[in-house]
Amino acid sequence: MIQLKINNIELSVPEKTTILNAARMNNINIPTLCYYPDLGLQSDCRICVVEIDGQKGLATSCSTKVREGMVVKTNSPRVLNARKTITELILSNHDANCTACPKNLKCELQSLANKLGIDQNRFEPVLRVKPIDTSNPSLIRNPNRCIKCGRCIDVCKNVQGMNVLELMGRGHDAEITPAYGRFLSDESCTYCGQCASVCPVGAIIENDETDRVWKQLHDKDKTTIVQVAPAVRVSLGEALGLPIGSIVTGKLVTALKLLGFHYVFDTDFTADLTIIEEGHELLHRVTNNGVLPMITSCCPGWINYAEQRYPSILSHISTCKSPQQMFGALAKTYFTKIIQKEPKDVIVVSIMPCTAKKYEAKRDEMKSDGIHQDVDIVLTTRELSKMLDQMGVDFAKLDETPFDNPFGITTGAAAIFGATGGVMEAALRTVYEVVNHQPLESIELTEVRGLDGIKETSVELGGNVYRFAVAHSLSNAKTLVDQVSNGTSPYTFIEIMCCPGGCIGGGGQPYGTIQKTRRDRIEATYLLDQSMPLRKSHESPAVKEIYRAFLGEPLGELSHKLLHTHYHSRQHT
Amino acid sequence: MDLTQLLAQYPHEENRLIDLLLDIQKQKNNHFISEQEIQMVAKHIGVSEAKVCSVISFYTLLSFHPRGRYVIQICRDIPCHINHSASIVGTLEQLLGIQMGQTTQNGLFSLEYSSCLGHCDAPPSMRIDGRTYVHLTPDKVKAIISEYRGRTP
Ligand code: SF4
Ligand code: SF4
Ligand code: FES
Repeated sequence: MIQLKINNIELSVPEKTTILNAARMNNINIPTLCYYPDLGLQSDCRICVVEIDGQKGLATSCSTKVREGMVVKTNSPRVLNARKTITELILSNHDANCTACPKNLKCELQSLANKLGIDQNRFEPVLRVKPIDTSNPSLIRNPNRCIKCGRCIDVCKNVQGMNVLELMGRGHDAEITPAYGRFLSDESCTYCGQCASVCPVGAIIENDETDRVWKQLHDKDKTTIVQVAPAVRVSLGEALGLPIGSIVTGKLVTALKLLGFHYVFDTDFTADLTIIEEGHELLHRVTNNGVLPMITSCCPGWINYAEQRYPSILSHISTCKSPQQMFGALAKTYFTKIIQKEPKDVIVVSIMPCTAKKYEAKRDEMKSDGIHQDVDIVLTTRELSKMLDQMGVDFAKLDETPFDNPFGITTGAAAIFGATGGVMEAALRTVYEVVNHQPLESIELTEVRGLDGIKETSVELGGNVYRFAVAHSLSNAKTLVDQVSNGTSPYTFIEIMCCPGGCIGGGGQPYGTIQKTRRDRIEATYLLDQSMPLRKSHESPAVKEIYRAFLGEPLGELSHKLLHTHYHSRQHT
Repeated sequence: MDLTQLLAQYPHEENRLIDLLLDIQKQKNNHFISEQEIQMVAKHIGVSEAKVCSVISFYTLLSFHPRGRYVIQICRDIPCHINHSASIVGTLEQLLGIQMGQTTQNGLFSLEYSSCLGHCDAPPSMRIDGRTYVHLTPDKVKAIISEYRGRTP
């Protein structure tokens, strides 16, 4: 342990602790801006500076380690003045039109300026206005708001291994862009939104479509349907004042009804359906010498990655559409028939933890009638929380309502789709039983759970042992995909989720997601699974019913038409 | 030497990126690095194109755009600034008939700012084609330029 003094308080902290963490452990708050737990250190903004006795210059507390006998002041006049000056300088090169920014009241720069008591800026504005990147349906990059903290570069490089963003230029003219200063759509960006989820300001944000949804909700001629992804029910609460890891399924349904949706359905229903289709596809590939390993297809960030960087392995990816798109296809065919409406009069909105889903919904292949998109608008968890705020809904006080039928009865297998390893676990619960005619010994496959980057298990099916692997975040996925691409993969089936932790850590989830948040959301996910009366997809009565009444059989003709898709190479350079 | 030959002389190491880029530029009379060259360099070194762009954009020695045969770089940092580098810029603009940031029509000269050239003891300073000139005065600048004009290309 190291003894030191911060603001005259004697502290004892473990070796190698940074001054920032030493202070935080002892309830002394040092403001930060570029620092983000779990990410690499930027030491870039210098907001966290402190004075150390015997040292001439101020030191950045986020990157300076404690030393025996150190005497630190975090609030001396010199420190306060430096922090204020730095913040004012940042503000002078920032589009600080706060009320016209989606990050208003959630912006880390804004709250820093407030805390430091900056109500006027001594420096002239020097911002040279640069074009805003609105090139894609998922994310908007507004360089005029960027403070060059470098968090987005770090997450894109080190968590996702994508290296899409870099710092271009220097000093005042510095800007963070893809190669050649181009737009995200010109680079092999996956639209995963991890950069948006760590950006402290409004410089990278999801393409906000809440106004489009309001318009549809107010249109008397439209029937509005909403579907909610598995991962949203364990995260939305956070954005609305409940503790992290709260399970809010019932309140969420009530809230969506309050907003005015005619039908509130559960994407978990098509998650169960995915397991049936994908499970059969796997068995078909195994028994017919098909392309193996098969890789999951639920994650559009992963699909974007594969289409752009690994076109040679596309035949390994399951042809199943994602649960969002299976839902859209059924909503605009089967369900429109039930309610006797035309697809053009029906609007399907999804609430997703994901920014890449916005892109997926707009793909050309995703039109069951050849004209209308199956999913019209995708909102992130954050956008939904914004709409509920706009409505003045007191979320914590809402009653609980069940999902509507016929897409409301679901299983625990679908509930765990939101956590990394969940799709694999759900699939094996079903495949094992279909092949071996007996249930898995333990329904909980703990080997594929948790936040290790790559997890694996093996399971005996019909007398043979097969190996299965799971990866989350694209840098981990790359390891498995490289094996597939060079023919050395020992696995039969691989689950890949683009975001760290799976969809519970998606790029559209409430701000402030760190490893602990992911863990709490995952815990809630498995609690949810445990609480469900049915925990295997093939036991879902809703799934059985849709095969009976509409689809026929798994991998049948109608399934092929509505629930399966194909991928294409989209290599940039 | 063509690019493939040049690349072959460099190991696949990120710490040689800058040398490689400078070398590519040196081979070309118009001192710049094209998009195709960036792609090939990125592949050779094993970094993203964005990374290569980032490095090029950071150093005033490197350029994305074609420049003149002689690139005139004037220090923009404080010591030169307070020692009237602005009048040197003015003289050059007048002499060459171009503005800061432009290239003469005959492709002979480009005029650019640079960050500190390391001659703060002898300001104002400028660099042409790798050579640094210090203690500049308008007259000195005129002499230097006519010397370059007199060189056979
Ligand atoms: S969306 Fe994902 S891949 Fe694209 S720039 Fe952001 S972090 Fe990188
Ligand atoms: S875009 Fe956001 S995260 Fe990236 S450097 Fe700018 S302010 Fe930081
Ligand atoms: S928070 Fe320490 S330098 Fe930015």
